[in-house]
Amino acid sequence: MQLTEKHNEYWRKNLVYTGILLLVWFIVTFVEAWFARELNGFTFLGFPLGFYMSAQGSLAIYVAIIGIYALLMRKLDLEYNVDEGDLE
Amino acid sequence: MSTQAFSHVTFKSQLKKYYSFYTGGFIAFVILLAIAEQLGMSRQWIGYWFLFATIGLYAGIGIMSRTAEVAEYYVAGRRVPAFFNGMATGADWMSAASFIGMAGTLFLSGYDGLAWVMGWTGGYCLVALFLAPYLRKFGQFTIPDFLAERYGGNIVRTIGIISAITCSFVYVVAQIYGVGLITSRFTGLEFGVGVFVGLSGILVCSMLGGMKAVTWTQVAQYIILIIAYMTPVVWLGIKHTGIPVPQFAYGYTLQKVGELEKKITADPKEQEVRKIFADRAAAGKAALAAPDKAYGEGKAKVEEALASAKSANAPADQIAAAEKAVAAYPKDVTAAKATWTRESGLAARAAPPRPHAEAFPGKDEAAQNTARLNFIGIVFCMMFGTAALPHILMRYYTTPSVQQARVSVFWSLFFIFLLYFTAPCLAVLAKYDMFTNLVGSQFSALPAWAAAWAKVDPGLLNITDINKDGIVQWAEVVIGGDLIVLATPEIAGLPYVVSGLVAAGGLAAALSTADGLLLTIANALSHDLYYKMIDPHASTTRRVTISKALLVVVAIVAAYVTSLKPGDILFLVGAAFSLAASAFFPPLVMGVFWKRANKWGAIIGMVVGLAICVYYMVTRYPFFGVNMPLWYGLSPVSAGMFGLPAGVLTIFVVSLLTAPPSKEVQELVEHVRYPNLAGDTVASEAT
Repeated sequence: MQLTEKHNEYWRKNLVYTGILLLVWFIVTFVEAWFARELNGFTFLGFPLGFYMSAQGSLAIYVAIIGIYALLMRKLDLEYNVDEGDLE
Repeated sequence: MSTQAFSHVTFKSQLKKYYSFYTGGFIAFVILLAIAEQLGMSRQWIGYWFLFATIGLYAGIGIMSRTAEVAEYYVAGRRVPAFFNGMATGADWMSAASFIGMAGTLFLSGYDGLAWVMGWTGGYCLVALFLAPYLRKFGQFTIPDFLAERYGGNIVRTIGIISAITCSFVYVVAQIYGVGLITSRFTGLEFGVGVFVGLSGILVCSMLGGMKAVTWTQVAQYIILIIAYMTPVVWLGIKHTGIPVPQFAYGYTLQKVGELEKKITADPKEQEVRKIFADRAAAGKAALAAPDKAYGEGKAKVEEALASAKSANAPADQIAAAEKAVAAYPKDVTAAKATWTRESGLAARAAPPRPHAEAFPGKDEAAQNTARLNFIGIVFCMMFGTAALPHILMRYYTTPSVQQARVSVFWSLFFIFLLYFTAPCLAVLAKYDMFTNLVGSQFSALPAWAAAWAKVDPGLLNITDINKDGIVQWAEVVIGGDLIVLATPEIAGLPYVVSGLVAAGGLAAALSTADGLLLTIANALSHDLYYKMIDPHASTTRRVTISKALLVVVAIVAAYVTSLKPGDILFLVGAAFSLAASAFFPPLVMGVFWKRANKWGAIIGMVVGLAICVYYMVTRYPFFGVNMPLWYGLSPVSAGMFGLPAGVLTIFVVSLLTAPPSKEVQELVEHVRYPNLAGDTVASEAT
């Protein structure tokens, strides 16, 4: 079948969301780990910051990334009429 | 559509009711056992009760969910709500290594151990963004299914089958090993018998009901394992931080650990013990340099000591000691060399404690940077491996819709997060407890848990009075990682019933992962190999029967391999992740996101990725004896860091050099990209 311009737009928006969330993921993972020594110079809740991020902070952000993606995509599905109806 | 939605809602509310009852029942069961313990029930019987009650429960769920329908058997009828699929994925994911080993690794290696924590959680971002919703829309049964459909032909499917079986099999061996270990430790049964009991639980469950039974059992197993993990941590947290959620407050405990580490480094008695180790290591190293001379001299020395003791008419016990030294002297140079090698290895114990929170310690800048690169290597390979392990990806075929698949990844990581952000906390609390209650105590009056564990298993806890001052120094303590989780209830001063609970939790973790893995292997053989390649006309009854038979065969082979006790299990697990990342990740993701990726790109890309990964491991891992120099100092576990980019690049180049995929394939890609496409011509999901 032929995709409409609207369909292409849906996919482009999906790619943008994916790209932005992936960038966040990359920063809290690899940039954070690369500078862990420097981050450990700061203190947060009694933790050295680098340790805190690797043990809790980044993990919580991962959970948030996935939650936000699910919410954004649900909205996008409805907006572009590609949702699956009222299937719970 | 609306009646279907209605049935989904009732189904979900029923599930919630069942599992709430179940959780309450399980807590009541634990309380009953606690009362029985106070009334004098023996430890062994508590162990038996936990073992047989939980395995019986899993088998019961298996029997209730028995099925012979294909869609029920392979994908649980595609009606597992996101929340419950998340719990099942959590149990599927968290293995014996996560449950028992993780906190221990963090205890021993401090910050550097966090690479595993990050890697095994962050990978779910990739699952959510790149794979789960698209695989759910595709809606078949296995991962090789997707590869075959997207790239066409049996070559891709075959490579997929081989890769899926290899990484799952390596992984399942480690699980069955964990099952045997836990049952034998807590019930006194023999290792082999323990493996057999655990395996029968796995088989009853997965054989009768396939994915359907495994899913509902895994939800039950998750509930047990998370209760078991949290209970002792909460208790230890109240003891040391004063609040029942120590996860948020252990930063201050970590500071105190840092101060105690400095104290231990500066303490003269500690230094004395470390000096003894350094001297013994140096002596061993010197002897290894000139073995024949050292052997003769050493022998002459002990004999001379005996002779002089005798001639000086020394007391009887001195003579006896000198005689013992002569008798204990190595028989020949080869035996002596083994002793010296052991002694020179003591150099490791001559070092002061590593600061727990310090990232990438090393003697100089270069060593620190290598440590950092290896940290990143492990994070990278574990993450991409997570997003490519078939037994996890398969779970996202079981949700009712694409949106539910997305939400389900959220719940998966949420439930995994609960355990993974607790493990570093447990490691710090246990370390603080040992620094304050074990170090400095009298050898004649060790804390009860330490005395008990040192007696039961010197491999897990070994305390020797090296400088003979009668007081425990930190340098005199050797700890095996598994001790931390297994002994926490006793360290926290909880009754034995909590130790039994922890064992039941470890068992649940090992069994649930083994269930999922065995199912993946059996399905790859029965669905992909038999049904899709050998006999496409096989009836549905025959397909399910063959799958069940294969499950038994695979389980027996895996149990046999486990009984051989293959070496370094942590390396094997790491290798499975690197292999999965190199073989599966590039073709799966490019298959969705790049329409131009074609058959030959996928075939050559998978082969190249796998080949580079295997080549790096074989030529660098000491076990294989080649030992070529490392690239950038990167350890062979992280071979996926070379394999994955090579795979991506190859798929890209080869695809562009060959003809683009057919119109049907391009339509399939469009089909998976949209949850619901009006006028879609691609056949919807298989049933």
